[in-house]
Amino acid sequence: MEKTVNQKAWFLILPVLLLVAFSAVIPLMTVVNYSVQDTFGNNQFFWAGLEWFEEMLRSERMWDALGRQLMFSAIILAIQVPLGVFIALNMPKSGFWSSFCLVMMSLPLLIPWNVVGTIWQIFGRVDIGLLGYTLDALGIPYNYTQNTFAAWVTIIVMDVWHWTSLVALLAFAGLKSIPDAYYQAAKIDQASRWAIFRYIELPKMMGVLMIAILLRFMDSFMIYTEPFVVTGGGPGNATTLLSIDLVKMALGQFDLGPAAAFSIMYYLVILLISYVFYTVMTNLDKKGG
Amino acid sequence: MKMEWMAWTTPTAIFFIVIACTLTVFTVLAIKFPEAPRMGILRTETTRGDRLFITLLGSAFINLAWLGVVGANQPYALMVCLAYAVAVFRWV
Repeated sequence: MEKTVNQKAWFLILPVLLLVAFSAVIPLMTVVNYSVQDTFGNNQFFWAGLEWFEEMLRSERMWDALGRQLMFSAIILAIQVPLGVFIALNMPKSGFWSSFCLVMMSLPLLIPWNVVGTIWQIFGRVDIGLLGYTLDALGIPYNYTQNTFAAWVTIIVMDVWHWTSLVALLAFAGLKSIPDAYYQAAKIDQASRWAIFRYIELPKMMGVLMIAILLRFMDSFMIYTEPFVVTGGGPGNATTLLSIDLVKMALGQFDLGPAAAFSIMYYLVILLISYVFYTVMTNLDKKGG
Repeated sequence: MKMEWMAWTTPTAIFFIVIACTLTVFTVLAIKFPEAPRMGILRTETTRGDRLFITLLGSAFINLAWLGVVGANQPYALMVCLAYAVAVFRWV
């Protein structure tokens, strides 16, 4: 039977729409207005047309930051998703230890970004930090303020520490929703552990896993506070990710026009990738039932 | 009403008015003539609203690509966008 469609329900989201208008749409429109003008402050604007967009599209600085950003997101997704799934598969499924694991794993998620940054900034210091000091004592050269590789390792490990739990918790929720009958059927068929994962657990987890990937992608693509606190974008520009570069441009140099053009392009990339993920997710939902 | 705080310009105002009008027209169309989603070449179900979104987002990228590759000569880019929009509404 066809479901009745009642479009009047849309009116219920009107309050949210108004809120979003003030918190997102008006600032976004202002950014678009800034992107075609130049200003020297004092609320005086001069028409610049598409100059800033052209400048940004030809700016090596922006492409480099975009490259670093994509690399960062790709690396953390490649680590966090398999690791999260692995943890979820090996977690106790019920009883005290299951609750214990869930609580312990939620802890990093509750820590504010700047605190996470500060923790790792101190943790990695060679003079007083446990990690930095230990590595130094072992003779492993590690200094995230001077060495690009060390800086990258630090921000990646920090992000993995902070957010893998989210993937694990979502994957765990997906696993818990699989009825026992599936496992019993697999047992009767004498399916291997890999076959159970490949043909039962993974397909059943796919929906939540896509949500996890989407959330982690968007969050990592917009990451600002943690690397800013730990490395400040350095050494040099090695960890200057898109949002750090954007803030430098907009607030550090007060180049509002180029920064606005930059943020619109940044926004469009996020919008495109999120839409692709959203479409894949809804398609999976439809297939799943 | 003072609009200086948002630094409005005539072209950006026209741009947003056009988008707002398009959204209004499509909302009215969706209410007056409800439609069933259809499967297109992207192998995903789309409604008119989806196709509008794909058109607008794609047009933004077409304009940027045009700006980066050819240079600032947007009327031609808009012609490409129009062709793209027709293709999206016909086949996606």
